[in-house]
Amino acid sequence: MCLGIPGIVVEVNAAGHWAVVDRLGVQLKVDTRLIDEEITPGEYLMIHAGHAIGKIDLNEAEETLKLWEEIISC
Amino acid sequence: MLDKFQDASLGKKLIQKIIPLALAAREKLGHRPALMEVCGTHTMAIARCGIKSLLAEYLELRSGPGCPVCVTDQQDIDYMINLARLPGTVMATFGDMLRVPGSDSSLEREKARKAKVIIFYSPAEAVNYASAHPGQEVIFLGVGFETTAPSVALSMATAIELGLKNYSVFSAHKLVPPVMSALLDDLDLHIDGFILPGHVSAIIGQKAFDFIAREYRIPTIIAGFEPVDILGAIYRLLKQLSQNEIKAENGYGRLVPLEGNIKAQKLLANYFTPSTALWRGFGAVSASGLDIKDEYAFYNAKNKFALEVPAGQTPKGCKCGEVLKGKLNPPDCLLFARTCTPMQPVGPCMVSSEGACAAFYQYEFNEFKG
Ligand code: SF4
Repeated sequence: MCLGIPGIVVEVNAAGHWAVVDRLGVQLKVDTRLIDEEITPGEYLMIHAGHAIGKIDLNEAEETLKLWEEIISC
Repeated sequence: MLDKFQDASLGKKLIQKIIPLALAAREKLGHRPALMEVCGTHTMAIARCGIKSLLAEYLELRSGPGCPVCVTDQQDIDYMINLARLPGTVMATFGDMLRVPGSDSSLEREKARKAKVIIFYSPAEAVNYASAHPGQEVIFLGVGFETTAPSVALSMATAIELGLKNYSVFSAHKLVPPVMSALLDDLDLHIDGFILPGHVSAIIGQKAFDFIAREYRIPTIIAGFEPVDILGAIYRLLKQLSQNEIKAENGYGRLVPLEGNIKAQKLLANYFTPSTALWRGFGAVSASGLDIKDEYAFYNAKNKFALEVPAGQTPKGCKCGEVLKGKLNPPDCLLFARTCTPMQPVGPCMVSSEGACAAFYQYEFNEFKG
């Protein structure tokens, strides 16, 4: 129930407050009323109970992964 | 790139780094470090990847009060069952609630007796259903934490916009920080570090949990739900413990901002007011629930269908309350795998896909037996 799934935005309807995200080839229409900023295709969203609850920051994700790569290599 | 967080070889290498740190932390603490994962989705992920048993020799992982279905009090479950029995009502619910045993029935049993119970993936779908079926009284069962409550608030906004007269919400929502205080005030609890819920934090913000490190002097980290996120969180907590540090860390920076999702917070403040809520295992915890505000009383199922429901009977022998407080592990319950199984659950922790007993049964029981 608390399950969140990440998806990549493929279509945005700002006026209708929805977007279509792709998750492993499955497309899902999600409610975007909880997101304040503009959403653009190619961005990643975290989806919970049919609603996008936040954007996933890919730069930040990369930083985290880099950190782990460093830790395991030393 | 996000798949990297599921990368098995990265995970394995992290485990190799975790073991010496766990030993160092044990040295400092004088006992095997005990970490608690507060969120039910973490419980499931940890069990599924076998992290708990892989690391059992070096550290202990305990589950906390983070499965919303499990922490729902018996009286609230009974209320929902009684609502289902009213003529003309439709219970709109997330799937996990269906099989939770109440004092003398469950929604599933009521459904078999012709009550109308429909599973929805999102509260928005329930509002659409109400709009298309004006002759039916649709009641959405609002069970969940800060992550779920904003979408339920939006469903009320839609109902108002559409002028619906047949949609209401039974709010059994719960807030995580207040129950963490209740948990931490218990002097019997011996936890050395907390893995905090990532998606709750995405809504309420990184700083909402800072008080644990600041006031209770216990290391914490907010974590995502992929194997690398969880192992990374364990690594960072052990690092703190082995270096005698106490900090509130954010291991889920890609989603969790310092302040959280302000829009969602405003919605919650607009539709709900914090209230004393009953938690299984904890009893009444002040300001830990969300009541629908008086101005929206028309959408409050507890107002619209005011029923007298006596305090519920917890199933005899069920130790869910102790499991939710991290005091017992699922197999410590005498009913575990004997009379209580996922096919025939006695308590909610065996029903919910996020329940500690269900997670243990599904993924760790065989190893446990062997
Ligand atoms: S095993 Fe069953 S009865 Fe025992 S605590 Fe878990 S859910 Fe309750």
